[in-house]
Amino acid sequence: MPPAAHPAFVLPPFVRAVTSRLPAFPAAVAGALTLSLVAPRIVGRDALAPLEGRSFRIFVRDAATSVAFRIAPGRFEPLRPGCEVDVTFSANAADFLRLATRRADPDTLFFDRRLLIEGDTETGLQLKNMLDAVELPRWLTGA
Amino acid sequence: MTVPKRIELVCPAGTLPALKTAIDHGADCVYLGFRNETNARNFGGLNFDAKAAAEGVGYAHARGRRVLVALNTYAQPGAFERWTRALDLAADLGVDAVILADPGLMRYAVERHPDLRLHLSVQGSATTYEAINFYVRHFAIKRAVLPRVLSLAQVEHVVGRAQTEIEVFGFGSLCVMVEGRCALSSYTTGEGPNTVGVCSPARAVRWQDTGDGLEVRLNDVLIDRYATGDKAGYPTLCKGRYVVRDDTYYAIEEPTSLNTLELLPELLRMGVAAVKIEGRQRSPAYVAAVTRIWRAAIDACMQAPSRFAVRDAWMGELASLSEGRQTTLGAYHRPWR
Repeated sequence: MPPAAHPAFVLPPFVRAVTSRLPAFPAAVAGALTLSLVAPRIVGRDALAPLEGRSFRIFVRDAATSVAFRIAPGRFEPLRPGCEVDVTFSANAADFLRLATRRADPDTLFFDRRLLIEGDTETGLQLKNMLDAVELPRWLTGA
Repeated sequence: MTVPKRIELVCPAGTLPALKTAIDHGADCVYLGFRNETNARNFGGLNFDAKAAAEGVGYAHARGRRVLVALNTYAQPGAFERWTRALDLAADLGVDAVILADPGLMRYAVERHPDLRLHLSVQGSATTYEAINFYVRHFAIKRAVLPRVLSLAQVEHVVGRAQTEIEVFGFGSLCVMVEGRCALSSYTTGEGPNTVGVCSPARAVRWQDTGDGLEVRLNDVLIDRYATGDKAGYPTLCKGRYVVRDDTYYAIEEPTSLNTLELLPELLRMGVAAVKIEGRQRSPAYVAAVTRIWRAAIDACMQAPSRFAVRDAWMGELASLSEGRQTTLGAYHRPWR
């Protein structure tokens, strides 16, 4: 579906008021555990190898909260908030979800200024392309 | 050339999921590149290794579709084997054609793989039927992809006189259109599409959200600053805004995208063999949407060319996926010759 056909869904301000005050580290630990369990199996350890040692932050704009990870051999390590990372991806929660389920094209979101990659662009692009190359289960993409 | 009965839809595949998506949504052919500078979309993590390419070829052939491999950069001094190895790999994989620009590589292909079908890449910059027929004579190319600089009348002129099939661009991001000869990005990065297969190497690109807007730099050179609400474009030198005599504007080219959907009946009548969709760097979501729309449009056009009408929904969805604020007919609509 074209992005224009959807009114952009943004988290209501009260959610942001709550999430921005939550400690981000537990979220990063939970996220890292999930990614570590799922990613190497779906992505394959080989695909992750070129990105080992690289770190990235996911900044959810409308929740005013972020989580940061480092890619280690076969797993993702949670990083403490405020840690320096190689690259930061910023978008609203709904757009991250649409990206994760392949319902949105990252370049389109970038043209529309709904997705931003700051820091080491090469790492960001490599991560994006690596995720695009993953054959996702159909229940996730709805294909 | 005789008039083909149909127009083939040639779709981009940067990854295996994109390839399968293109096939599932009705592409007649997909084109892909390998993971190095032998193709003009040489981005980290993009493209195919031998295993993924073999799976892609198997997937396409099992469904009666074809796979083209773009080896459309120019072999660099001291590294010719990198290009010949890529060509050998394509031949071993049993792909249906290779898309070449470098005459040296064409010579190698003709000698080593005489049965391999050769297409002349847009990077070959052949804009006249004489240039195309030169490649037919010397390398027996079976198709030429036209650069995006010709008007519709000029395309018809070429199709009528070229001794081979003609493929044109139908949809996707536009650039300054000196394909195969562009060295603009080399001005700031020392690297260009013809040598390393990429306009703006990702390591030279930096985006930064500042109080003044989103700034984009190429090798530390500020090439644009987007105010809130401005659409962003690809970070190439040609699409930047520059100060020229106290005025700041797109001094080289405004970011726009080509969309020739409405020209389909004309292209079919002229005998154009294939329409190409740009965007191997794009995600499977883009490939799905663009392929689905173009498949529907081509089918409708081939069924009843005289009654063909472009649907607003198609145009709206294609525009929403496009770089720049507008889609254009590019050079096709130009009245001059």
